This record gives sequence, structure tokens and C-alpha cells, in this order.
Amino acid sequence: MKDIKLFFQNIKKYYKYAIRSAKAELKSEVSDSYLNWLWWIIEPLCFMLIYAFIFGYVFKAREPYFAAFIFIGLTAWDFFSRMLKGSVKLIINNRDLVTKVYIPKYILLLSKSFTYLFKMFISLAIAFLLMIITNVPLTLNILYIIPILIILYIICFGFGLIIMHFGVFLDDLSNLINIFLRMLLYFSGVFYNISTRLSGEISYYLLRMNPIAFFINELRKVMIYGINPSFEGLFFWFIIGSILCILGIKIIHKNENSYAKVI
Amino acid sequence: MKNIAISVKNLHITYKGLKKTSIRASWKYMFNKREKFEALKGVSFELEEGKILGVIGKNGSGKSTLLKAIARIFSPDKGSINLHGHKVSLLSIGVGFNKKLTGRENIFLSGLLLGYTEEQIQKKVKEIIEFADIGNFIDKPVKTYSSGMYSKLAFAITAILETDITLIDEVLSVGDAKFKEKSYNKMKELISSDKRTVIIVSHSLSTIKELCDEVLWLHEGKIMKIGKPEEIIKEYEMFMHDTK
Repeated sequence: MKDIKLFFQNIKKYYKYAIRSAKAELKSEVSDSYLNWLWWIIEPLCFMLIYAFIFGYVFKAREPYFAAFIFIGLTAWDFFSRMLKGSVKLIINNRDLVTKVYIPKYILLLSKSFTYLFKMFISLAIAFLLMIITNVPLTLNILYIIPILIILYIICFGFGLIIMHFGVFLDDLSNLINIFLRMLLYFSGVFYNISTRLSGEISYYLLRMNPIAFFINELRKVMIYGINPSFEGLFFWFIIGSILCILGIKIIHKNENSYAKVI
Repeated sequence: MKNIAISVKNLHITYKGLKKTSIRASWKYMFNKREKFEALKGVSFELEEGKILGVIGKNGSGKSTLLKAIARIFSPDKGSINLHGHKVSLLSIGVGFNKKLTGRENIFLSGLLLGYTEEQIQKKVKEIIEFADIGNFIDKPVKTYSSGMYSKLAFAITAILETDITLIDEVLSVGDAKFKEKSYNKMKELISSDKRTVIIVSHSLSTIKELCDEVLWLHEGKIMKIGKPEEIIKEYEMFMHDTK
């Protein structure tokens, strides 16, 4: 409990730093060229087109509202994979900061996550646009994306904390994460529908054991199909996410002042 | 009786087993004995508010480690450091810049980390920029700076955003001759304040002699002597001469 209290005290003390740093970082990404912020839109759109071509045309996937379908998957996936990839080298990339001044290390992750959240919201806005263009019937169920995204964030933050810690010591963790993420990408149904394309048992376990497959599926349920999300599933992942966060916070508190000795 | 600003008790800092490794090598690590390097072996001292302490000692004697521990960048493996609630900043080459961001943004970020609010920093920004004297570069990313500009900005930030305790690690040799003189004078002005407690690490004995009230001589992680600058520096010079 002490760790959790300290965590929230630190968040309160440093959230302004995290926001400012995230804003500055986004701004610096843009400042290099005037086309740059367009990439936040162009990149997911292009990926969507590639996947739509490969899976819609080559593999003959037939999903209703295929563009929006893929785009929602990509939105959640990108956030998830960015959080995981971004946390591996987070401490090392902030060497200048970490070796010069004290900062609770999860503030770095918080700040980074704000930049990813921002990009996710852009991507979400495009998804809405696509839904409107392709006449997806809108229902009030769409409001469920708020709790779904909050719980997705908690999960990603928890994983991020733990990966961030091991990333300090293990040089080749990023290789492992990359392979793992590539595998997960194909098991998450970003560009196909797990429940219709895979046989009963596999899809049953995949949608329950693989968090990102679960979240993508839930987002599609509330956004495209206009049905309720799985409340038990959300609750389950909320608990898992909280446990991961608590564990991560404890690890970070215990070790954070040793990081400067290593990097 | 004056207030104590820093109390360090039996401080031990070890660099052990915290080496970077690969996943494959980490299996071996779990069974092998890890090599240990003790940078500080039981250092204790107290420093009153407003005093200036110089730390001397040869390379690798643990001076920088001591500063980093006081700045809370390293955690003690044994012993304790009590700052009695004072704000602390470590002034070394660079205060912790994000190199992708502009100098101006870095001023704000550093200030926030030192415990200032955005409004307080806003009031000081002009002064910092003037002191740093790096012209238009203030709105360019820090990665484009020359090392001189980098240090000038770093010095300006820590010098003007005052903290109760300032730790200085070999910065008197920053920038060109003109800035050197300016920063030296600014530093003298800063540390002459009664409120400010300062610890300076330097190899320049003349600087230490001129600025400090007390000198701490570290040798291989232990305190060799602590006391008045004149005496300690004389002994230190003789010691260094003998061991040559």
C-alpha cells in the first residue's frame, strides 16, 4: 500500500512535467518538417490500405465495414505495441536525464504514454470518419470505448513498467520483444475476425488469453456491431492490469536508484 | 547553533551485479558470484546550512558517487542521507536535457524537475536566457548545441533556479574565457548566500581554497580527513606528492 500511495503522490507532483514533456516531444517530431504531423494520419491510413488489400483481396476476408474493421484493430494494436516497444529502451534513451537528476522513473513512461495516447486519439478520429463514410450504423454502445480504453491503458502501463525495468539490464530484450510482438500481431486479429476465421477452441482461448485480441474484439463490438462489451472480460483484465501495475510500481521503487549505475 | 542541511551517515555505495547483460549471459549470472566494486565505504559527515564544502581526492576516490548519492540519483546500499527537506540540484555538465527538445523547453522541464511551478519558471526564463547568452539557439533543439553552449545553458539553469542545496561537479571550466569569468563570479555570489548549502567537487585546489569553508578529503571510498581548507589542502598536496 505504501508503494501505491507514493506512486500517486509522485504522479501528482510530476504530472505537469509529464504533460509538458509529452507536448514538447510531439512538437519536436513535427518541427523537423511541415509534413511531419501528416504522418500521424498517413501512416495508419497506409497500413490500413496494405492490410485491406492483402487480407481483403488476396486472402478474400469478407468482413462487413472492412476499412473501419481494420482501422479499429490497428488503432488498439499500435498503442499496445508502441507502449511495449517504447518502454524497453526508455531508461537508456533518457540517460542524460536519469544520470543527472532524480525523477520517479514511471514518470518517463507516463510522459511517453501521453504521446502514444495522442496518436491513438488521432487514429480513433480517423476510425470514426471511416465509420461515417462507410455508413456504419452508430449506436450509443460506442460510449463503452471509454472504459475499454482506460482498461487497455492500465494493462499497457503495467506491462510497460515491468519491461522498462528489465530493459535497463538486458541488452537484447528489445529483440525478444520485437519477435514476440510480431507473433502477437498475427494472433490478435488486427486484420481478420478471430471468432469467424479460427476454429472454436482456438478462438475461444485466444480471445480470453491474449489481452490485445480481447480489446480489439471488444472495441469492434461496441463500435461496429453495436452490441455490449463483455463486462466480465473487462473486469478480469482490469484486475490483471492493476496487479501488473502494482507489481511494476514495486519493482521500480525498489530498483530505480540503481539504474543510473548501469547505463 | 545552526541548522544542519545534510547529514550523511555510514554511507556505502556498491556497484555490484548491476552490469548490463544479455538474456543468454544472465543465466550464467544467476549462479556466478558477482563482482563487487565498493565506491564508498562508510562515509559520514554533517554539513550546516549555508556552508560550502569542498570535496577533494584523486580520480576514482568516490567524489562523484558521493554527489550523485546526495542528489538521490543513486540509492545508498547501506547507511542514510538526510537532507532535512531541502531541495537539491546537481550541477554537472548538463542538468538532464532532452536533446531533441529546444533549449527553452528544457529550461521548463528542468525547472519542473527541480520542484518549481510553471509560473515561477516563466518569471525566471528571461534571466536564464540572458545569462546563458546563446542567442537564437535557445529555440533550437539542444542536440544542435556545441558543448560550450550546452554547458552554459546548464549552468544558467541551475544558477538562476536556486535550490537550497547545490552540488557542483567540476563546472568551473565551462565555456569560453568570458563565460568562465562570468560563471565563476555568479557562483561566488550564489554560494555566499547564507541560505545556500554547497558541495563542490574539484581538482582545482586554488578554487577550493578560495571558496570553501570546509574540505573533505576522500581516499578510496573513505574519508581521509575533514576540516579547514588550509590544513587539509596542505596535507593533501604532500600526500599526492609522496605517492607519485
